[in-house]
Amino acid sequence: MEYFFQQLINGVTLGSIYGLIAIGYTMVYGIIGMINFAHGDIFMVGAFIALIFIVAFSITAAMPIALLVLALIGVLIVSMALTAAWGWTVERIAYRPLRGSFRLAPLITAIGASIALQNFVQISQGARNKPLQPLIPGGFSLSDGGADGSGFAVQLSYSQILIIVVTLALMIGFTLLINKTSLGRAQRACEQDRKMASLLGINVDRTISLTFVMGAALASVAGLMFLLYYGVIDFYIGFLAGVKAFTAAVLGGIGSLPGAMLGGLLIGLIETFWSGYFSVEYKDVAAFSILAIVLIFMPEGLLGKPEVEKV
Amino acid sequence: MSSWDINPVLTIEHLTMRFGGLVAVDDLSFNVGRGDITALIGPNGAGKTTVFNCLTGFYKPTEGRIVMNRLNGEHFLLERMPDFQISAHAKVARTFQNIRLFGGMTLLENLMVAQHNPLMVASGYTIGGIFGLTSFRKAEREAVERACYWLEKTGLVDRADAPAADLPYGDQRRLEIARAMCSGPELLCLDEPAAGLNPKESAELNALLQYIRKEHQTSILLIEHDMSVVMEISDHVVVLDYGEKISDGTAAAVKDDPKVIAAYLGVPDEEVDAVEEEVGI
Amino acid sequence: MSSKSENFFTDCVKDAAMGGLIALALFSVLIGMKAEVASGLGGGLGIEYRWAAVAIAVAVVFGGRLLLNLFVWKTKTPVTEKAGSLMPSMSSLAPLGKYAMPVFLVLAVLLPFLLMSAYGARGSRQYLDLAILVTTYVMLGWGLNIVVGLAGLLDLGYVAFYAVGAYSYALLAQYFGFSFWICLPLAGILAAFWGIILGFPVLRLRGDYLAIVTLAFGEIIRVVLLNWYEFTGGPDGISGIPRPSFFGIEFTRGEGGFADVFGLDYSSIHRIIFLYYLILIMALITNFVTMRLRKLPVGRAWEALREDEIACRSLGINTTNTKLTAFALGAMFGGFAGSFFATRQGFISPESFTFIESAVILAIVVLGGLGSQIGVVIAAIVMIGGFEFFRGLEEYRMLVFGLLMVIIMVWKPRGLISTRAPSITLSGKKGKGISADLVQEGHG
Repeated sequence: MEYFFQQLINGVTLGSIYGLIAIGYTMVYGIIGMINFAHGDIFMVGAFIALIFIVAFSITAAMPIALLVLALIGVLIVSMALTAAWGWTVERIAYRPLRGSFRLAPLITAIGASIALQNFVQISQGARNKPLQPLIPGGFSLSDGGADGSGFAVQLSYSQILIIVVTLALMIGFTLLINKTSLGRAQRACEQDRKMASLLGINVDRTISLTFVMGAALASVAGLMFLLYYGVIDFYIGFLAGVKAFTAAVLGGIGSLPGAMLGGLLIGLIETFWSGYFSVEYKDVAAFSILAIVLIFMPEGLLGKPEVEKV
Repeated sequence: MSSWDINPVLTIEHLTMRFGGLVAVDDLSFNVGRGDITALIGPNGAGKTTVFNCLTGFYKPTEGRIVMNRLNGEHFLLERMPDFQISAHAKVARTFQNIRLFGGMTLLENLMVAQHNPLMVASGYTIGGIFGLTSFRKAEREAVERACYWLEKTGLVDRADAPAADLPYGDQRRLEIARAMCSGPELLCLDEPAAGLNPKESAELNALLQYIRKEHQTSILLIEHDMSVVMEISDHVVVLDYGEKISDGTAAAVKDDPKVIAAYLGVPDEEVDAVEEEVGI
Repeated sequence: MSSKSENFFTDCVKDAAMGGLIALALFSVLIGMKAEVASGLGGGLGIEYRWAAVAIAVAVVFGGRLLLNLFVWKTKTPVTEKAGSLMPSMSSLAPLGKYAMPVFLVLAVLLPFLLMSAYGARGSRQYLDLAILVTTYVMLGWGLNIVVGLAGLLDLGYVAFYAVGAYSYALLAQYFGFSFWICLPLAGILAAFWGIILGFPVLRLRGDYLAIVTLAFGEIIRVVLLNWYEFTGGPDGISGIPRPSFFGIEFTRGEGGFADVFGLDYSSIHRIIFLYYLILIMALITNFVTMRLRKLPVGRAWEALREDEIACRSLGINTTNTKLTAFALGAMFGGFAGSFFATRQGFISPESFTFIESAVILAIVVLGGLGSQIGVVIAAIVMIGGFEFFRGLEEYRMLVFGLLMVIIMVWKPRGLISTRAPSITLSGKKGKGISADLVQEGHG
């Protein structure tokens, strides 16, 4: 039972990270109907930017706690801004010129952008993986594993709490942003009918750019979380995380923000439980198989709107 | 008993289609007479296209039975068949309200695709075709001839090698009819064939439909808003409103039906009362 | 007049400065500061500052954008237009298109002899290896073209079938000692079989969902190959895969070898030339079958499916079966190419079958122009040949590759050859090409 709870905690943490990335996929897919293949690599770029700032300003666990929190918030804000700039640039260079062009073209440029970003970071930052000393050590012990120490100790680390809390806060903020602000309204209008939205005076290009910017900012948060949680990154983390986050977005129902979060959680849980109870090697197979099964039997995902085919 | 009830090509019985809480078609029954041109009319949103989608297999009806009676005596329960088999075996062909041509393919190719199933057999399910069997070549020549025949009938033969998307709107509508006819149907379902046509094209369409009915043992069921088309060529008119049949009869009979007039034009309240009294509600 | 040109100039500079500023923001962190494991401090990370590199990168962006602004984007008379007028126009190239295929064919057949006479047996080996590689990708591109270009089904996991073909041959040879010529058809059949198994459940999915599921299947197959250690050798792969023989005659030195039988001096280049012709013939068969199928009902049904699936169903076409045939056939050719890959390399491991391979093959098909056979050839030569050509760039190679994918696609979104030739004409003549703007790209 303790083992189960430990897996549950780990799964929710991992799922939160996937969920944050998945939001970027789902928003972009919702608004321009393309798989932004480079999004996983934007997440990787975000993780790298956060890492560089943490190292450059010598942020370590030895700092006073208040200062550490402030420093991390600072890193988060700066890396969100810079990653957002990367997201904006990719959209501007690789996708905007192809707006209204045929569907496969942006998919190919997205794959090209993904390859380019990966190799750019590999060249500029080196191919070796970057280990980081844990910044937020310690945590709660929910169960000490019994008096004789034979049971399983359940740990809820501070970094896990941080990840889950930040994700929740961002999720709520984001839902409000989409539902209550004029930007959100513009986005939803562009999702429905881009031409009509532009006729009604919405700057469609700007709205789409902002979607990419927001997606990239969230991905950079996920990047920082990933860094704090695993403590090691390399230039290749974007691909697998990206594919799984996209899986999460589809699983939850593409175009739906709560769906992306739910899908992220499910993928995180499935992966963790599979590794915990069956085999670590086949955890990706488990995630992908779930994707295939869900798509075959429930193509609209868990929370998505069914796509009605007009005859 | 009207002529269409004696030898119907299509019998629809208690057809009901619900989408969640919305009842698009409600307990609809009517017959389509063999060799007739039957018109299905009604205001926008009356459920006409839904009926079409049910009988061509794109929707599975919630309740009801749709029977296709072929000339060779076979009967098909359309509500149980997948959409492609309805065209292939039950010989029901259709056109679409928003034209669905293969835009990047030429007119001739469009009509060849319509003859897919017989050509598939002739090509030995592709294997014979790869090696160029003579029987397949012959079948292909015949298919081209049949396509040419319909291109001539629709006046499109000059543009046989042009892409379908390049055609003007009226020609695209005719091409869609030609394509449906190439699949050799016994019942042709046309979804607003005259929509967007000018009066001259509309008259040509009437002539074409009359010709199809007369020369090809094909019965026609059409959805139409253009009353001049409906009144001129239909033998039998079925009127839908809010998914229910409100009138069924010859064009002349339907035209004077107060319920039809009410559905189309709306009526003052006192007249509604009068009509309701008359029909006994 | 002068004020106008001054305005124009300041405009251009302003715009370029904006670009430079953004580049500064982007590059200052990722290029300017390199997080590197410091050697002394117990493996902790340190920062290496490289501001000069940032300055160069920003200057390149600023300069490049300024030049583009001045001469291409903002000016009324872009140099590209002038350069374009010097180039022959597309319409005058059209008759060339008719001869392109035969010219390529003759060149391809004569290539080994041309190379041998130019560079000698030793010198031509690397070029032949490259030609084999390019031809393999041409074949894969043609195979995928059936699925993506004709049937309009977006397949991001094509490399899975390449892997199935390669492993089929390697495993059959390892466990049963079958020869290449027995395994080749078996590998194709197995790949087609897998295509049907994977395709059956997913082919009713539409659009990007199909893309992502095929990607998932590709990854699943790779992960299984990677972890099923007892059967596939896992990450170590399979080595010692037998080389193909010339109808039973081995390419070995001495008695009974190829050189001995044909009275030639032994040279290792014989096998390379043989491999080249082998893949060339396999690719040409792929092309022949595809061209033939286009003119058959099944091929027309594929294209109709790409144009409008609902209309297809209304005409009595069983769309599931039609999609499956396209999927299985594409998979089969992928399987053939895979077993060729295995026999050429003599060694295979899951590393050769990553998603990036699928992406490259898809890029070849899309860059070449969907559905265009000759386009695939040109794109494969440009992409794979160009990729090898830039070997000198070493680590920058993949970066350039990725950027090129973006640039070519933005420049020509419908691919290099984008007109569609009708599969049948009434006049009997080779019909006029259909503009890509009219051709649909499919929904699946």
